[in-house]
Amino acid sequence: MLTLKGKSVFRGIAIGSLALFHRHAVATAPRTVTDSGAEIARFRTARQASLVQLQELYDKALEKVGEEQAAVFEVHQMMLDDDEYIEAVETKIRDGNLNAEAAVDRAAQEFAALFRNMDDDYMKARAADVLDISHRVLVKLCGGQAIDYGQYDGVILAADDLAPSETLQLDTDKILGFVTSGGSTNSHTAILARTLGIAAVVGTGTQLPNDVDGHTAIIDGTTGMVYLDPDETTLARLQAAKMSLDAQQAALEEVRGLPSVTRDGRRIHVYANIGSPDDLPQAQAHDAEGIGLFRSEFLYLGKNDYPTEEEQFQAYKRTAEALDGKLAVIRTLDIGADKKVDYFGLHDEENPALGLRAIRLCLTRPALFKTQLRALCRASAFGNLAVMFPMIISVAEVRRCKALLAEVRHELDAEGQAYDPDMAVGIMIETPAAAILSDELAKEVDFFSIGSNDLTQYTLAIDRQQTQLDDFFDPHHPAVLRLLAQTIANGHKAGIWVGICGELGADLSLTETFLRMGVDELSVSPPSILPLRAKIRSLDLSQGCRK
Amino acid sequence: MKEFTYAITDPEGIHARPAGLLVKEAKRFASKITVAKGTKAGDLKKIFAVMGLGVKHGETIRIQVEGPDEETAAPAIEDFLKAHL
Repeated sequence: MLTLKGKSVFRGIAIGSLALFHRHAVATAPRTVTDSGAEIARFRTARQASLVQLQELYDKALEKVGEEQAAVFEVHQMMLDDDEYIEAVETKIRDGNLNAEAAVDRAAQEFAALFRNMDDDYMKARAADVLDISHRVLVKLCGGQAIDYGQYDGVILAADDLAPSETLQLDTDKILGFVTSGGSTNSHTAILARTLGIAAVVGTGTQLPNDVDGHTAIIDGTTGMVYLDPDETTLARLQAAKMSLDAQQAALEEVRGLPSVTRDGRRIHVYANIGSPDDLPQAQAHDAEGIGLFRSEFLYLGKNDYPTEEEQFQAYKRTAEALDGKLAVIRTLDIGADKKVDYFGLHDEENPALGLRAIRLCLTRPALFKTQLRALCRASAFGNLAVMFPMIISVAEVRRCKALLAEVRHELDAEGQAYDPDMAVGIMIETPAAAILSDELAKEVDFFSIGSNDLTQYTLAIDRQQTQLDDFFDPHHPAVLRLLAQTIANGHKAGIWVGICGELGADLSLTETFLRMGVDELSVSPPSILPLRAKIRSLDLSQGCRK
Repeated sequence: MKEFTYAITDPEGIHARPAGLLVKEAKRFASKITVAKGTKAGDLKKIFAVMGLGVKHGETIRIQVEGPDEETAAPAIEDFLKAHL
């Protein structure tokens, strides 16, 4: 038995026969040709045939995975249509009396080097696209048939890494799993596996030898392990694990597309927490009913300077449009001394959790805050957005936030810019002060979202990163639960909805408790959505309380 | 000739997909359209030239449009940049 360890990109287990992915071997050895005109004609024919093929692939991908993923084939067509590329190949044939295969190969290497020498990792990786289009032409020149992707049926596919065009041509319904020696969890193969829900492990670092073709393999996407020629114990263990995982998955699939409603008819909204618009496909793949917490920090982190209004506007607009009318709650900047952003010029603090962070920072620097509010208001014209202020401790703070929001709206009016005047305004309840004052705060806003992580930390005065405090830490501490119940009751008294967006929201052992408290919305990480919905659908609140 | 500058706001810069869309937009017009970043310049109708500039977030590009439909092409390209990049 050979055991490999890589990075898991989808929690699934696949057991089956291994198939090594074969690319066409193409002969590119240089030859001197006598009739360079005929050679150029061969190149032109091969290029035309490749363009036709790319158009077919584009149409097919468009139908199967949508425009965003299909666009790679459109870019490839443009590359093959680029005069400079064509000139480079034809000049080599004409001036060097070179055969078309060698000319394409050399031009490909030159253009690939152009990208490899760029100083940006993304652009460096585009060398693969140049090699991919050139390979396509070479296969045509060598008289190769198109690769028969249909041969990979009911197998676990092993490859070094797969080009975007290759993953899109595979009949993914028939592939049990993927294992690649290269590639990252953000590679195209990984993204596709996640979207389609296929067991996959990438980046094992080990090229598989040719003679393992057809051998039995197991991909364990729960651990990132790959077993080749598994022994009986391993096989039996993973077969059992696969059965229970598949059963869980099947149970979850049954609630996909269904409302999150209890057996006695209470409707709860199950939303997703995300960190950037790039997480939207994952949230949608897990059937989120909306976005309950969009952390806007990604716009500020890893930068050298403040994000512009336009940049923020585009990110929020993209989110609003992608959700197609579903709600997205955008939390304004939650940065402080604990999340280092150099250009903010913040001083080190003895106790950053209690320091200048989140709304305190925003109210101290109104220009920074207003830029974000302007971007948010402008984006609100494109969908169903709500704004949410973090780390609130007083009514006065909420009023200051709302005054700035009103200023921004006046400015936009004066400029004739569109925005949604009814955009909901809410606050996070994540300090004991806010929970205790929730009756007064509820009169100021349209909704509450309880941030259980910070609320627990501040209520218990326990730093959750400190493992030596584990003995003292009770995630279900009655003081926290009492604050939650009080917040929900106070919200309802003022007629506003109340949600929970911290980790407790996904804690299935508390779901019934929260529902009995009357919670309206739970926002959780995307993989927790379906388990939570299944739990909600199993509850009957008309029956007596179990506790 | 029409000329304008634009600062890229897309966090990823002019990466492959928007470069493709930009080239497609430029090809709708008969005018000669060039894109320049600093001292490097290229034809906006050629994908390798556009991607080869390696334009990143926050950088400014200069667009020059010269030809029979420059009056319509320049604003169209500018609108496209604002909407997508």
